Amino acid sequence: MDIPYTVENRPDTGIYNAKLGIWLFLASEVMLFGGLFSAYILLRVGADPGMWPHGWLDVRLGTINTLLLALSAITTLLAWAACKVRDFGKFKFFHACTILLALAFLGIKSYEYHDKWIHYEIQLANGKFADGHLVEKSADFDLAKKTGTFTIHGRIVDNRKELMDLRSPEARSAKLEEHIIAAADIKKMENYGPKHNTFTAIYFTLTGLHALHILGGTLVIFYLWAFGGTLWQRDPERFTNRIEVSGLFWHFVDLVWIFLFPVLYLT
Amino acid sequence: MSESEHKVDLNSYIRRCGLVLLAIVCTTSLMIYASFLPHFGWPAKVTMILAIAAVNAFVVASFLMHLLSEKKMVFTVLAFTVCFFIGLMGLTLWAMQDFPTGTATH
Repeated sequence: MDIPYTVENRPDTGIYNAKLGIWLFLASEVMLFGGLFSAYILLRVGADPGMWPHGWLDVRLGTINTLLLALSAITTLLAWAACKVRDFGKFKFFHACTILLALAFLGIKSYEYHDKWIHYEIQLANGKFADGHLVEKSADFDLAKKTGTFTIHGRIVDNRKELMDLRSPEARSAKLEEHIIAAADIKKMENYGPKHNTFTAIYFTLTGLHALHILGGTLVIFYLWAFGGTLWQRDPERFTNRIEVSGLFWHFVDLVWIFLFPVLYLT
Repeated sequence: MSESEHKVDLNSYIRRCGLVLLAIVCTTSLMIYASFLPHFGWPAKVTMILAIAAVNAFVVASFLMHLLSEKKMVFTVLAFTVCFFIGLMGLTLWAMQDFPTGTATH
């Protein structure tokens, strides 16, 4: 028995079943990301004055990722249009572009995550704060035993608040240099991972969930790209509808990033 | 993409996509410019940037997702989504100053 309404529209809904299914799924996704965005609002509004970070993320990398994702949304649409004009060769080309752009996006995101992982905030015994990227850790470095040294490329400030707004004139004019810090002088240290503060927690949660969506979408697009030839030969219209449905998901992922980029990188 | 029933011209799509990409580049540049504007506080900047992001989202949804020419059923689903989303954000704003008794705030 054939699955009904995979190609023709249902008389009562006016669209084919998979399309209704993806729109219902996207509606649930809006609520999922909406919940996290509302968590972001609560955390930001509830932060102590001057303690919400600004300029912690690289705007250049965020901009490149925005353009990569926009370009991939366009190649997805063109892949669908190529299917509509029955040009399988162009479909393969456009969807290969989509996959490559998605992988580039994930590559940049991984680099940003790594950058946060090697970025440390160190509370010194004299009450000052050292902040910067790990350069070298001596072989005998042990914070518990207070042995060895930890070298960072960054700066030392008197007040933790000075580390919050990296767009302030003081922060932009600050000179970054190498600091060798003895373990004995360290009171507390941690990297800019999810547990560092509420900003990094919501940053990793939002972008991590988004990156998982990118990964999932890429796998589906790759499957259709690599193994879709058989269905294309048998029923090209049904295959085209699958491309349309996967494309709608991809555009949604782009839409989410359109709000994530300004919320996390620019404000 | 309700245009699935209609005839598609690939070249006209490529031209249209070029314009959409240009619009996205322009709105993204505007957002970045707005975020570096001096003499504006963060609340004003956030409002400006989110307004530009909404325009950007409209361009993607209406042209790339073909939302402008969708069927009534899709709009019905979206209308319900918008209602629930407004409810979700409304509850968040409503609860903003709602601290349980005995908890430290700041």
